[in-house]
Amino acid sequence: MSTEAGYPMPPSSGGESSLRIVWIYPDLLSTYGDRGNMLILARRAELRGMPVETIEVRSDQPLPVSADIYLLGGGEDGPQALGAQRLIADGGLRRAAQQGSVVFGVCAGYQLLGGSFFAKGAKCAGLDLLDLHSDRGPSRAVGELAGAIDPRLGLPPLSGFENHGGRTHLGSGVSPLARVSTGIGNDGATEGAWRGKLLGTYSHGPALARNPALADLLLRWATGAHQLPPLDETWSDRLRAERTAALTASRQ
Amino acid sequence: MPLRAKVASSVSRTAAALSRAAGRGDGSVIGGWIGLKIDPDLLAHLAAGRAIALVSGTNGKTTTTRLTAAAVGVLGRVATNSFGANMPTGHTSALAKAGTTPYAVLEVDEHYLAQVLEATEPHVVALLNLSRDQLDRAKEVAMMAQLWRAALVRHPSVRVVANADDPMVVWAATPPALRSNQVEPPAVTWFSAGQRWHDDSWVCPECGSPIERMSDQWWCTGCPLRRPEPQWVVEDDGVVDPAGDWHKVVLQLPGRVNLGNAATALAVAAEFGVRPTDAVSRLGGVASVAGRYAQVVRDGRTVRLLLAKNPASWLEAFDMADMAPTLLSINARDPDGLDTSWLFDVDFAPLRGRQVLITGDRAYDLAVRLDVNGVPFQHVRTFADAVANVPPGRLEVIANYTAFQDIRAELDRVN
Repeated sequence: MSTEAGYPMPPSSGGESSLRIVWIYPDLLSTYGDRGNMLILARRAELRGMPVETIEVRSDQPLPVSADIYLLGGGEDGPQALGAQRLIADGGLRRAAQQGSVVFGVCAGYQLLGGSFFAKGAKCAGLDLLDLHSDRGPSRAVGELAGAIDPRLGLPPLSGFENHGGRTHLGSGVSPLARVSTGIGNDGATEGAWRGKLLGTYSHGPALARNPALADLLLRWATGAHQLPPLDETWSDRLRAERTAALTASRQ
Repeated sequence: MPLRAKVASSVSRTAAALSRAAGRGDGSVIGGWIGLKIDPDLLAHLAAGRAIALVSGTNGKTTTTRLTAAAVGVLGRVATNSFGANMPTGHTSALAKAGTTPYAVLEVDEHYLAQVLEATEPHVVALLNLSRDQLDRAKEVAMMAQLWRAALVRHPSVRVVANADDPMVVWAATPPALRSNQVEPPAVTWFSAGQRWHDDSWVCPECGSPIERMSDQWWCTGCPLRRPEPQWVVEDDGVVDPAGDWHKVVLQLPGRVNLGNAATALAVAAEFGVRPTDAVSRLGGVASVAGRYAQVVRDGRTVRLLLAKNPASWLEAFDMADMAPTLLSINARDPDGLDTSWLFDVDFAPLRGRQVLITGDRAYDLAVRLDVNGVPFQHVRTFADAVANVPPGRLEVIANYTAFQDIRAELDRVN
């Protein structure tokens, strides 16, 4: 990927010279265009002049512990259960989170950040990095997902698409990412969760495509920068406006 | 045929004709729908007495069905659902419309394979590939393979022609008892049609271990599942048959994927006793398939229509398209699936260096994707605007299902 913009480079947060983004287990957890989140983060960092290293770690490889951002995608039941087992055995993600790395989990990847989840009818142990647990809902949640994001994060509303059979119950150690206005999310009322620099959402697949401000939040968490130079948001603005208009039209 | 079935069949044909006359569609669904309302067993009655091939898979089934029907046509008249209406209503319409034929080649939606196997008792089933497709409502890939496998176990006498390059298909086509001994089950004929898309088969459906790949080989690292030796193989611009003879294949359809489809068609036809030497020339007679690959001249531009519905078929479409101005059109209506996330499973980089235009209901989803992908593009409101914005010469159009149908409608429903 090329670096196109001449923005000054923000101060680096650590000793590493480039922003390291790890996509965890694309062989297991990649069902719905999950690669998009890695591509979007890398692109938006490069447009700000940050050198970026993207690392795809297969489930039979050890996880590097010194990366800046870790991404967990969606997956079918079997791969999700297998992914959780291997991540727990590896131990790298827990250490990385303790050291202050950013972790972003989507759908199945969000569920396995919690204490437990259900896959193929059985309760499975999660990574227990977020105070939440997931079980099966009465129906599959499929469709547009939208809602106002926790005001402390200072982001515009969440816009996404969800497709999951789980329901997630938040403990007191996490805050909901958003209040649901369209869709189901965790339970029909709240959606996603965050604590520190860990954040999960049911807005699946390339969630950051529709939420570039959320992508920038992850980049700011990773770099320690309070502000990032603005980018040309023509197409994502139009996409978000088109989705908002479609939701409004479907309610009438 | 019982009287009830005769009445149902006749009403079905009439409804289809009315639908066509009213300009409401090609009648390939409505007729069968009415017929099945009158006689729920109509499909079984219409299938009785015919030697039938079913063709199923995520991609390539309409084209492969068309090529197979052409190949089997060497033997006699063939009934087929050539409009891509691939559910039982479409099969019923197709068989009712065709009247009595000794053969039928039917494209089957992968979700309906078990049901149609039951109803039609085919001689042979062709299994092409399984990959992610409309995941907001379609079954997950592993679950689909499981359903196929369960259906085939219930029909041990059906002959199976299956893609050796797709681990999910190989697993579905070989029941456990057959796979554990070293001898290939006699009822499966393997073809190699190549597979550009690997992202749904990194994990073994049998044991969950990683699947390794090296050149055209693949194998599970944890159990005996591995690529079987194919009897039918694409080689250069032709197909090698089980006897080792190479047959040159000259197609009007573009791309290596269609050579693979041709190999599949020859393999299926061979199960009816058709010799490849007799069938191969007929494959070249197929110019377009329900508008796919059709070329239309509009305002001095030669427009070619390519259908791409999911990540695997987009990769194949980029291979087929010439280096020419290219219009991409994306919708997300019910038949397309409502979710556009898959756009990020496609690497659009092969389009760099071409003039790229985008349109469709969900053009902005595509715009964001292309922006991240570093592919410059121009957004146009309509197909006509796209034509006006490219120089005279070839215009490639790659569109997903309803977007394709919209453009096909503007081109007078070209077939």
